[in-house]
Amino acid sequence: MNLMMVVGPVLLLFIVLGFVTYAILFERKVIGWIQNRIGPNRVGPWGLLQTVADVFKLLIKEDIIPAKADESLFRLAPVIAFVPAFAVLAVIPFTEKIQFADFAVGLLYYMAISSITIIGILVGGWASNNKYALLGGMRSAAQMISYEIPLVMSVVGIIMSVGSLNLHEIVEAQQKVWFIFPQFVGFAVFLIASISELNRTPFDLPEAESELVAGYHVEYTGFRFAFFMLAEYVYVFAMASLTTVLYLGGWNAPFGLTFIPPIVWFILKFSLIVFFLFWVRATMPRIRVDQLMQFAWKVLLPLALANIFITAVFKEIPVIGKFY
Amino acid sequence: MLRTEEMLLNVGPQHPSTHGVLRLIVKIDGETIVDAEPVIGYLHRGTEKLAEDLNYTQIIPYTDRMDYLSAMTNNYAIVHATEQLMGLEIPERAEFLRVIVMELNRIASHLVWMGTYLLDIGAMSPFLYAFRDREQILNLFNELCGARITYNYMRVGGVKWDAPPGWIDKVGEFVQYMKKQMDEYHGLITGNEIFIQRTKGIGIYDRETAIQFGLSGANLRVTGVKWDLRKNQPYSIYERFDFDVPVGQTGDLYDKYLCRMQEIVESLKILEQAVEQFPEGGSTMGKVPRVLRVPEGEIYVGIESPRGELGCHIVSKGKDKPWRLKFRRPSFYNLQILPTLLKGENISNLVAILGGIDIVLGEVDC
Amino acid sequence: MTEKEKRDPASSEEAGETLSADNRAQDVSPKQPGKREETDRTDSDRPQSSQKQEAAREATPKTPRPAAAGRARPAAGARNRPAVKKEEEKPLEPSPLEPVLNRFVEIIKEKAGAEAIEEAYVNRAGRHLPVLVIKRESWPSVAGLLKEDPGLSFDYVRNLSGVDYETHMEVVYHLYSFAHSHQIGIRVKTDREESRMPSVQHLWKAADWNEREIYDLLGIRFEGHPNLKRILMPDDWVGHPLRKDYEPLDKEV
Repeated sequence: MNLMMVVGPVLLLFIVLGFVTYAILFERKVIGWIQNRIGPNRVGPWGLLQTVADVFKLLIKEDIIPAKADESLFRLAPVIAFVPAFAVLAVIPFTEKIQFADFAVGLLYYMAISSITIIGILVGGWASNNKYALLGGMRSAAQMISYEIPLVMSVVGIIMSVGSLNLHEIVEAQQKVWFIFPQFVGFAVFLIASISELNRTPFDLPEAESELVAGYHVEYTGFRFAFFMLAEYVYVFAMASLTTVLYLGGWNAPFGLTFIPPIVWFILKFSLIVFFLFWVRATMPRIRVDQLMQFAWKVLLPLALANIFITAVFKEIPVIGKFY
Repeated sequence: MLRTEEMLLNVGPQHPSTHGVLRLIVKIDGETIVDAEPVIGYLHRGTEKLAEDLNYTQIIPYTDRMDYLSAMTNNYAIVHATEQLMGLEIPERAEFLRVIVMELNRIASHLVWMGTYLLDIGAMSPFLYAFRDREQILNLFNELCGARITYNYMRVGGVKWDAPPGWIDKVGEFVQYMKKQMDEYHGLITGNEIFIQRTKGIGIYDRETAIQFGLSGANLRVTGVKWDLRKNQPYSIYERFDFDVPVGQTGDLYDKYLCRMQEIVESLKILEQAVEQFPEGGSTMGKVPRVLRVPEGEIYVGIESPRGELGCHIVSKGKDKPWRLKFRRPSFYNLQILPTLLKGENISNLVAILGGIDIVLGEVDC
Repeated sequence: MTEKEKRDPASSEEAGETLSADNRAQDVSPKQPGKREETDRTDSDRPQSSQKQEAAREATPKTPRPAAAGRARPAAGARNRPAVKKEEEKPLEPSPLEPVLNRFVEIIKEKAGAEAIEEAYVNRAGRHLPVLVIKRESWPSVAGLLKEDPGLSFDYVRNLSGVDYETHMEVVYHLYSFAHSHQIGIRVKTDREESRMPSVQHLWKAADWNEREIYDLLGIRFEGHPNLKRILMPDDWVGHPLRKDYEPLDKEV
């Protein structure tokens, strides 16, 4: 048990790093195909080592800290951003057995810990002493805090149905019907809010390379920059896992196809979500910052609240109630 | 009330969305623009000064580098002004070739605008689609004159190269292909909710303002002014072709987008007719003296470039070199309105509005 | 205009003379137009050009001739050299835009005073553009008139450029009216050493950057311009590159 406590997270770290490496390649390939391009194909067969080369380049780059930056905060920011991204993975149940911490308030833990990353981004933007970075950091903070609310509200429907915050139990409750069906409104709100939480197109305002150049990490180079990118993609990993767990039935097999191992099901559903994120990125323009805020407060939040209300009502109706 | 301070934000000259080396000194209050001042001249090469020491044929390659997205129209501006001043007759075949390359160039230029504009707004894919189609035009040009961007194709009195065998057919094929592609663009962009949100009602100005600032091209037409020099002051053989001048109603960015997309369609119409009527045989160069001496006099001729009225003001003293050559660059005029449009806008609208004007810095700075 | 009409036979005769003389020596002479142009200038800028060649002065009629004839004639006459003789035979038909020009002249003379217009002609080479040469002193009032007068209402600046003629500087405006669909060329002369022009930036916003550009490249100061500083060249640049006496740093280039 003790050994597992040490080896497990290290193993997960490597899995996550492997995922990030190939998620980036996959993203570039997918977007390349969508855009009539080939995508990376020079480093390694089929471009398989492209990201490895990129990361290697980042690692050997000079570490530049701007002269007028707040040095200690500048160094600290990428760490603050990355650690929570990895910490939230602890509660995700990949299959019935593979889960690191199974505790009662798993969902709450995820939401709470993931908010810490905002501080990292804000600190990074502020410490850079760059106007673009500051604007990016401020935008990021405003955006992520705003979208946290519909994100949490949208899953309240599930919590009411299951009667638990434990992610394991939430998956168990979806053995017959995935929550994507009864909780479709919740799912839509959750998906949109999660894209925004991930700072991805069309909600990539903190970075907005055509407006703010690169936003909060404009002054970061080399390894520190890599950490910000790593945090972003680990969140993609975490958020796609969470979506799978909450709405797509986790490791549960659909149509009774139980001969396929649960982990494969999990990976399939998870990949679908990841693909969806890339697809959206290749299609959508960027929304404007004030529209983004309005969208969160005036559209998503009322929808999420309505979803809670509907769930509560339906729960009491005899026939439909058993789905809720 | 919380006291807030204004902040000076220096956008450019190196910035992903200033379309070259434009610098904007933007005063912002939070994310609201209080004031903006464009600083230009980073790409000033003194074309007008250089031209005073060059003979008329030698000037043509310099014009390629002004509006580098539409070098054919630039070529035509100088060549056309010179011919008018000399009173030269241009062979039919050369006129057709000129119109074909200019319209192809207009499509290419609008495609680049559309792609980069969507890139400014944050959508990546349309840019690559636009470049895929522009590539076809560049290939056609490559076949015609051996260059893809800076063509140096036209000469006083005609064009340098005749169309290679089969080239006209290829243009015809391209027209049919491009017509189909327009549906794809409309499907991808025109109805996109985010795109509409970002462009509808943004960057509005009215007819009077547009005229006051001397805007031209789609920037003027978008306010409802039907002003296209191909129609209003026809040059070359544009009178022979049947095409419309698309105008907008509201003057916002969405209208600009629709206007330019419609202009592509109209250009395709002209191309289709030009390919059909293309004369068999004939010379591509008129009777032109070996040494071009432009008689003394003064002329101003404006033509419709993709960005607006591209004018050429020549003062000749009867030498083989112009005494004074002045280009009326549409981007230079159009950019002037930017500070007015930006005041009070959100900083996210900055690139959208700037992109909507469609400037080429090579032309602004000349 | 009438002046010019009267002058035309005399001037074309002169052109014919010099041409035939030149024709014997050389088919197309680059000297010839240059010489003629110098004589013109001598006349139009008599006060300033005291040391002009005597020969040139003698060749021209003694009557003080406005530059109009000089300017319009070479443009049309020298249009294509071989055709000069033909044009000589039949006097130039009045341009179709002659009435338009006369109307402009009338309105301006009536409202801004007869002395405001130095000369008026139709630039045949430049697509029959009616051109007025306006006195610098009257330019602000004429500009206001051009913009506001209901019969003129030129609301659109098509082009604005400055020219250094070595004897004087000139600012050329090409204006268009969307209300009447007519256009006009305006030329305003200014002194070369002390080149100053009234700004029209308040009338046409389009003139703003153009005036800055002309100031930058030709050194004409526009009085009343709120922000007259260099626009294309660096702020610390010395000299105005488009002036004919400008010496580039590296002459080889």
